[in-house]
Amino acid sequence: MDLAELLAIRQKERDRQKSTRIHCCTAAGCLSSGSAAVKAQLEAAVDAEGLGASTEVCSVGCMRFCGRGPLVEVVSREGDREPILYEQVTTADAASIVKALKGGEATAPLGDRNHPFFARQFPIVLENSGKIDPERIEEYIAVGGYQQLYRVLYEYDPAEVVDEITRSGLRGRGGGGYPTGLKWATVAKMPAGQKYVICNADEGDPGAFMDRSVLESDPHRVLEGMAIAGYAIGANHGFIYVRAEYPLAIRHLQKAIQQAKRYSLLGSQIFGSPFDFKIDIRVGAGAFVCGEETALIASVEGRRGNPRPRPPYPAESGLWGCPTLINNVETLANIPAIIREGAEWYAKIGTEKSKGTKVFALTGKVRNTGLIEVPMGTTLRQIVEEMGGGVATAGGVKAVQTGGPSGGCIPASALDTSVDYESLTQLGSIMGSGGMIVMDNETNMVDVARFYMEFCRGESCGKCIPCRAGTVQLYQMLTKILNREASEGDLERLEALCYMVRDTSLCGLGMTAPNPVLSTLRYFRQEYEELLQPATGKR
Amino acid sequence: MSPLSSTPTIDRQPPSAINEHPSGDKRFKVLDITMKRNQYRSDALIEVLHKAQEAFGYLEEDVLYYIARGLKLPLSRVYGVATFYHLFSLKPSGAHSCVVCLGTACYVKGAGELLAALEREMGLKEGETTPDGQVSLVTARCIGACGIAPAAVFDGRVAGKQTPESVLAAIKEWLPDAAS
Repeated sequence: MDLAELLAIRQKERDRQKSTRIHCCTAAGCLSSGSAAVKAQLEAAVDAEGLGASTEVCSVGCMRFCGRGPLVEVVSREGDREPILYEQVTTADAASIVKALKGGEATAPLGDRNHPFFARQFPIVLENSGKIDPERIEEYIAVGGYQQLYRVLYEYDPAEVVDEITRSGLRGRGGGGYPTGLKWATVAKMPAGQKYVICNADEGDPGAFMDRSVLESDPHRVLEGMAIAGYAIGANHGFIYVRAEYPLAIRHLQKAIQQAKRYSLLGSQIFGSPFDFKIDIRVGAGAFVCGEETALIASVEGRRGNPRPRPPYPAESGLWGCPTLINNVETLANIPAIIREGAEWYAKIGTEKSKGTKVFALTGKVRNTGLIEVPMGTTLRQIVEEMGGGVATAGGVKAVQTGGPSGGCIPASALDTSVDYESLTQLGSIMGSGGMIVMDNETNMVDVARFYMEFCRGESCGKCIPCRAGTVQLYQMLTKILNREASEGDLERLEALCYMVRDTSLCGLGMTAPNPVLSTLRYFRQEYEELLQPATGKR
Repeated sequence: MSPLSSTPTIDRQPPSAINEHPSGDKRFKVLDITMKRNQYRSDALIEVLHKAQEAFGYLEEDVLYYIARGLKLPLSRVYGVATFYHLFSLKPSGAHSCVVCLGTACYVKGAGELLAALEREMGLKEGETTPDGQVSLVTARCIGACGIAPAAVFDGRVAGKQTPESVLAAIKEWLPDAAS
């Protein structure tokens, strides 16, 4: 494979594509609303109408507005017609959508691409999502895929790639927000020898599904990002650690790796250069703690997912003791775009300290649920009230939970905060991987805190005592409060124990487990106090 | 010749016989293929356990012994890994499975009510199987279908925007007296 061949594939695919494409979302969200049957009906209708020469039905990835799925979009390749989006399409609507191409009327509800839900979005990571068939490498190549890998191999030396990423200001999208360029530089600086790249696709936070969508909708993008990372740090082997709960993502990844290997875009001497890179998939087995990097490494090695103390950091001693770069799916998916458009372009997006865009999974009581990708610095109010359409119940938004079990609840009064790493940390929450769960007045915050504690109690790996025993105690104390059996003293003990667990746990799971309790105590203390026994009680 | 060779030989199996499980159960072949593909490397343990669970439905003791031997790992290590991860089950599950997602998005949208309705109707707690071995009731941390919460999975089929009525209706289809 050389550049000419790649461009030939690109041209051939562009010539192959028919002038009208009916995009049918077959990512997990729409699939469970019945989009596979809709797609079959659409194909049958295209045949029945005799439009086969000019029209094709394509499976595409996530179109983001999951709450209104299954979604179907009719796109004209020449751009002579505006794309038409249909929502909540049923099999009965399929024929009418195809007939509408000839001037009929479609029965499915019309979607609106100018809806506030879409209007504020700035897709970089999701730029191909919902537009290309994730199961065909040719479609990814047709939109310019793998060209950045070629450019990197022939136009950059590894240090220049690291420099480009450093200057872009990209920070880790898995939650920690560690500068990606710095991480790459640390691994690159280690003496030459066996090194690894790991893509952390163990998206364990409940309420987050960004990484799943990226893997399902545009898997090649992640592979290209990994290969570029491998070149930059001097690694020849990558692993994708993906949760077993995402069967479709695993299938698409397996297929993508096979296709890339067939075209020699992965393997030995990629593009005729001396660079070798192969990627293997490791499937998790349902342990939240494996999102923590040292636990993840243990799991890739086939052991129990117990974290270990750091240092040494994986950048120095990771997988089988070798220097290892671990990046989240979304971080790696940003890489091809940064190389293509340049670090300066990327650094212009977002805020002073948080560059670029972030994908959020907007869910919960909000009207419009789905995936959004917005520039950093967008305010929570814009996201929840404009894009999400607010909540349906009286009283409006009560709180927004970000960061999953490691994050916190942000009260409605702080909705004007802009979304970036520092602002969210200041509010006692974290950016996290990007789950954003909107809560209304029907939600009991103490119950939410207990829900997260129950989660952490179950997911604690049991290695260190503060986390293993602390989460159990915290859970029991929260239950006692909810049962109206607690007194003022219990609340103080609850708070003290939170700090103890936070300060003394071994890994991120324990250190952040008290966050949901602490943040609800901070903003909704009254709800706790209302559940307490009067001070003149038994004690 | 080494002095050892003169000691009475223990009835060692020839290498080819490793592939034949004494019970004659063909499913062990699947494990052999998986282990071989991974060159019997110990870090393939989780992959092999996945395959075993797929083939056998759960990880019975015999299977764990077999894997430990194949990968040359202490049984304690295999057992330790099998019990650490939630997706591995050491006891058989029902013919059908109903998974209620208890992720945060589903939870605030009423997944607790779905679970309560199912527990009441089937007389089970989560993680249990009906006495006739027909239906297992399971909960999940998050299946990533948050956009269509609350979600449930019936025999691998994800269904969104569920209500207590809809999950009960789905379960009824599996129960033997549903025909009446």
